[in-house]
Amino acid sequence: MKKPFENVVAEHGPMVLRVCRAVVGFDDADDAWSETFISAMKAYPALPDDANIEAWLVTIAHRKAIDIIRVQKRIAIPVDEVPDRPSSIGVPGSTDHEVWDYVKFLPEKQRQAVAYHFLGGLPYGEIAETLGGTTAAARRAAADGIKSLRKTFAGQDSKGASQ
Amino acid sequence: MNTDTDGELEISDLLANTALPSAETMERLHRRLEESAQQAGILDIAYTTMDTPVGTLLLAATEKGLVRVAYENEDLDKVLDTLGTKISRRILKAPKRLDTAAFEIDEYFERKRKTFDLTLDLSLSSGFRQLVQKHLPQIGYGMTESYKQVAAIVGNPKAVRAVGSACATNPLPIVVPCHRVLRTDGTLGGYIGGLAAKTALLNMEAAV
Repeated sequence: MKKPFENVVAEHGPMVLRVCRAVVGFDDADDAWSETFISAMKAYPALPDDANIEAWLVTIAHRKAIDIIRVQKRIAIPVDEVPDRPSSIGVPGSTDHEVWDYVKFLPEKQRQAVAYHFLGGLPYGEIAETLGGTTAAARRAAADGIKSLRKTFAGQDSKGASQ
Repeated sequence: MNTDTDGELEISDLLANTALPSAETMERLHRRLEESAQQAGILDIAYTTMDTPVGTLLLAATEKGLVRVAYENEDLDKVLDTLGTKISRRILKAPKRLDTAAFEIDEYFERKRKTFDLTLDLSLSSGFRQLVQKHLPQIGYGMTESYKQVAAIVGNPKAVRAVGSACATNPLPIVVPCHRVLRTDGTLGGYIGGLAAKTALLNMEAAV
């Protein structure tokens, strides 16, 4: 049986926010999250009882993120450095935080594949449906993203990859 | 195992464990969702909980009005599930819509209020039950009626048992005062919030 929408927000809200932060960046993530959940709440009554809620939310988040990325590209403020931000996502300077920072420098497709698979928990088949293209391509994009993260990460911190 | 796989596992573990949003962030986003859902007209049911001398109460309102008051012993998750099935699953914990109701209930328990001035949504009951529930607010503060008297007043003297079930299924206890209905011999009968709560309400009202 489908739960009240409050339960959906409580159970999946944090996961969706992590996905949004990875795909559109920290500053625009709140907007992406808010638009995702208002849109999901509108559509919720029509969602089939047996639907995979996580996949459904990540798909909506993906569409909202694309709109935001489009606007970001139009505005096109060059970012040379990682800006300072509140430490609500972890201890500043911690290893976790650093990996996180590198995600946003990945190409769009890789960033999406990494976020939807490793943060959203979506199987590659579903990611392929969301992004378009084949399952193999989605898997490759995520693998390339991870490979590139590992390289950057290891380059920045020699202990990194072995921690 | 090749090194590629090793690297992937470690990085993905780091990603999976990284950056869980803080509780404050989630609360802030939740408040923003409450507001925009209200503005968009899709907040079908808003609810909140409040502490009272008879325990935690859940208050829920549609856009039409207060639709449900529930006692903790009814299992509040189950109450919300039922609201979802019967009315809409577009439910959020959004206390703002319940401000007036919560305020009046507080006043009632502080003995500063004898009647409630709230818009009610009676859509959870129908027919004879709703007829009975509409009569109940006419039983004054500190007064009681018997199930039999209520049956006679609503025009169906034989329906004593049906009055009992109308009281037992009252979706708006306290605000719709089913606690003021007793057996003919003066014993309590039943109560949705438990007999201790019924006694507490009657004693409080009688003490004024």
